[in-house]
Amino acid sequence: MTTTWWGVIGTSVAAFALKYLGHSIPHRYLENPKTQRTNLLIPITLLSALVAVQTFTEKSRLVIDHRAVGLAVAVISLKFRAPFPVVVILAALSSALVYHFS
Amino acid sequence: MASDISRPYLIEVPNLGLVRQNAVVSATPKSTIRDSLSVSITVGAYGIAFGAASVAAGFSVLQTCLLSLLTFSGASQFAIVGVMGSGGGALSGIATATLLGFRNGLYGLRMSPLLKTKGARRILAAHITIDESTGVALSQESLGQDAMRSGFWLTGVGVFVFWNLFTLAGALGAQSMGNPAAWGLDAAVPAAFLGLVWPRLTSFSDRLLSVAAMGLALALTPFVPAGLPIIATAFLALAIGMRKS
Repeated sequence: MTTTWWGVIGTSVAAFALKYLGHSIPHRYLENPKTQRTNLLIPITLLSALVAVQTFTEKSRLVIDHRAVGLAVAVISLKFRAPFPVVVILAALSSALVYHFS
Repeated sequence: MASDISRPYLIEVPNLGLVRQNAVVSATPKSTIRDSLSVSITVGAYGIAFGAASVAAGFSVLQTCLLSLLTFSGASQFAIVGVMGSGGGALSGIATATLLGFRNGLYGLRMSPLLKTKGARRILAAHITIDESTGVALSQESLGQDAMRSGFWLTGVGVFVFWNLFTLAGALGAQSMGNPAAWGLDAAVPAAFLGLVWPRLTSFSDRLLSVAAMGLALALTPFVPAGLPIIATAFLALAIGMRKS
């Protein structure tokens, strides 16, 4: 079995376990404000880190290439409140353009 | 993904009393059905981006579809393909995806007293406990508990159906494209992550944390195995979230 299969299975099992646990454990657990607050912050750090790593790294090197243009376009379109699919498509288009002409 | 559902809903309910008292006879308010469907279709369409990103990251069409069917949590799915696609191991991918899935557990905690499910129904309810189903359920609060329950089930099942259909479409599309960079798919993935985090950055400190996480992850990248720089930023969130208020 390849590692991607382990990724698929592991992610799915853990995701369901968390959801089911939430429905099954008594309400008082995880209700404390610190847990709630941390729970709001974790997606911010992880998703931000993913943005940076996916844009500015190649293997374990830091690079600036066509993807940076795509990301800049994504930032601008989000500033203008573009809907999610539009943001993704504009980023892809601009990045592909730079890729072809550089 | 939840940016559309946090706006307040102003809805007239002429028969609210009746709806509340008579669960069996009561019909689901039209507005609840409308809200659920519009969220389902809009959010489901993001599945195209996931399907394409996953295939571009080296996952097969089958694996991509299984992620949408079985994991069924957008951010976690993007995380596993993002981490493993950029060379991270399965463990760091699973860890990142699981940290992102914690909030679904908290949603379950919030939804379980409302849904009062057990057995097979609880398994179903748990599986469709995501940003959108919880968000629509909570937005129906002024219409009573039946409307909240309907909102949860309709949105959860609706997003599930559309998310999986669009995932397949995106995966097949990307598969026929060849080199991901030539089509901008390698930039679509970080743009998707940015679109997911953007609505969460509501205060100055949130934005500061976001920039700090980006800096930390990039600074660690040359020195530690792929995937770990991303997980490491969770400690930033822990350090700030757990300090005394």
